[in-house]
Amino acid sequence: MNKKYIRSSILSALWLILLTFPIMVIKINTTAATVRWRWGNLIYVGVGGFLFTLVWNFFLDRRNRGGFKAAGGERAESAANRMGGALGSLLGRILRGKTDAASAEKVSLKAIFAHKPVRFSSLGGLVLLAALFPFLVSFYQVGIVTSALMFVILGLGLNIVIGYGGLLHLGYAAFYAVGAYNYGLLYLHWGWPFWAALPLGAVSGVLFGLLIGIPVLRLRGDYLAIVTLAFGEIMRLLLENLTNLTKGPEGIAQIPRPGFFVELSLQNSARYLYFIAILMVVLTIFVIRRLEDSRIGRALEAMREDEIAAQAMGIDITRTKLITFALGALWAGFAGVVLAGKTTYINPGSFTLMESVMILVAVVLGGTGSIPGVCLGALLVTLIPEYFRALSDYRMLVFGAALVIMSIFRPQGIIPRIRKRYSVGEQL
Amino acid sequence: MSRHILDIKDFSMVFGGLRAVDHVSMHIREGEIAALIGPNGAGKTTLFNCVTGVYMPTKGNISVSSAEGTVVKTNGMKPNKITELGLARTFQNIRLFSTMTALENVMIGRHSRLKANIFGAIFRDRKTQAEEEQVITDSLAILRNLGLEKYANETASSLPYGAQRLLEIARAMACEPQLLLLDEPAAGMNPLETRELERTINRIRDEQGITILLIEHDMSLVMSLSERIYVLDYGKLIAEGKPEEVKNNAAVIKAYLGE
Repeated sequence: MNKKYIRSSILSALWLILLTFPIMVIKINTTAATVRWRWGNLIYVGVGGFLFTLVWNFFLDRRNRGGFKAAGGERAESAANRMGGALGSLLGRILRGKTDAASAEKVSLKAIFAHKPVRFSSLGGLVLLAALFPFLVSFYQVGIVTSALMFVILGLGLNIVIGYGGLLHLGYAAFYAVGAYNYGLLYLHWGWPFWAALPLGAVSGVLFGLLIGIPVLRLRGDYLAIVTLAFGEIMRLLLENLTNLTKGPEGIAQIPRPGFFVELSLQNSARYLYFIAILMVVLTIFVIRRLEDSRIGRALEAMREDEIAAQAMGIDITRTKLITFALGALWAGFAGVVLAGKTTYINPGSFTLMESVMILVAVVLGGTGSIPGVCLGALLVTLIPEYFRALSDYRMLVFGAALVIMSIFRPQGIIPRIRKRYSVGEQL
Repeated sequence: MSRHILDIKDFSMVFGGLRAVDHVSMHIREGEIAALIGPNGAGKTTLFNCVTGVYMPTKGNISVSSAEGTVVKTNGMKPNKITELGLARTFQNIRLFSTMTALENVMIGRHSRLKANIFGAIFRDRKTQAEEEQVITDSLAILRNLGLEKYANETASSLPYGAQRLLEIARAMACEPQLLLLDEPAAGMNPLETRELERTINRIRDEQGITILLIEHDMSLVMSLSERIYVLDYGKLIAEGKPEEVKNNAAVIKAYLGE
């Protein structure tokens, strides 16, 4: 087994040397017309390629032998239980004030949170942290976190379309633009304030969701992806070229921040927006959780699993697809209004394909269909590039690599969805 | 007494140059167990697909009558509307919602009998709550009826093959059908499971009064289970009648065994 690894690693290293030879070894100085041969680089490339392949093969082998193979949900659950077990024994000890490990070991994560004081104190701690956060850090940091929270809303919205409905949507940023321009244009032409534009942002999101939903009713998979991608681009191009209406690439500037009865200072305004974003995240999670566990949510998932069977079970696919697009777009419309209020300046350049892709990356990395997963994914995708600015040139490289690694080793995402279990016992 | 739940008149289905079903007329009476047999490629599943609205029939009339006696022509109706009329089906190649649990699969079957809309789902008013609780209870009862309750919280794809076939039936029954269309329910089952299935199908008909039309290749199952048999060959109806009549029909023997 080891021999096989080493042989394939050597081969890959040689191949890499050959491939990168022109750029790594040869350096031409065009002004002096000389060629410099940097043979030393060969060694780095070779050794690097060798080690990388070795590690890669090791993990691939482990996965194939079943190390990572167990079904996503079960694995996540067992991991959660194990974590819960450890946490449980710890908390059990604290709560009971004794070190009887054997009895404490039995407490599971669920049991801990069934404990009212634990549930309330952890929830209270979280709320307190969220409430105090903007007063503890600089307002620059508050702004970053607000952006991240808005990305969470976007991720959760896209997750309705991709995670539940199973419809690959590559033009999601268009709905974000719809929301932002909704506020921008209402302000520009009629002087509407933020709070009046906010509900209308959601409404226009839904309208545009239906607008894209109707023509793609019959499409699936790759075809759907292409059409939605085109939709995203069309939206951006429209915004760029309808100069009379949108001021084109110049964008709309000096959009007022949301008011709070009185004019707010820049700092307080940032805090205020942070709280708006937090509330919206809570609202989004609340609504999506309820939808997930309802007749509508089940219909969405049935459509994702098998359209023909879903129809045979009495689900109206047309309706369900439109609902999926409308519900997905609603949150982007919401988030868009907040974006316009936050940055005070919007232009079509903020809603490119790249934006759509980043939202998609957040969903896929975090865990398609899983609410905590998508939240984590969105935070990672926004906060990591913020705090590692030095690496900003390699951002796409890192996300690309992360996606490849995830799809091979953990396709279900960082925090996979755990399906709801119903208590069968008590009804038997 | 015997109302025709399903009436098919002079029905043809053409795919390009292929006449998959050719001028077939048949009917299903309330309360009977009927079978549709025929060699591979005879057009049995195509007929099922047209009856349930997956395909639009090229020619002819398909109508479904309700318990109140109203007759509805279903040509070109959407599958979900046909399900609402009381036709539910299973699939030859299992089409469960594979990442969802067995219970959730059955709960989806209840979809057409529920009313909750988006607002009900979000605000969870008393009516929606009661409906949700009822769905869970009903779905569990259906699972229990077919002996599947131990799999209730298992992912559908992780169930044993025979249980998956049964779950398809459970899911179809959740639609509260008056006519259950079973497409090769015994395919891939061992003789023991097949006998069990036979008992189950009989029970569904006797206890719940659901009429059954099945496509099946297992002749011993067809002969012992069904009261009337239709035989298709190359899209044409070549025989119909009681099992003994069909068994001895020269055209049927020729279709199955050749000249």
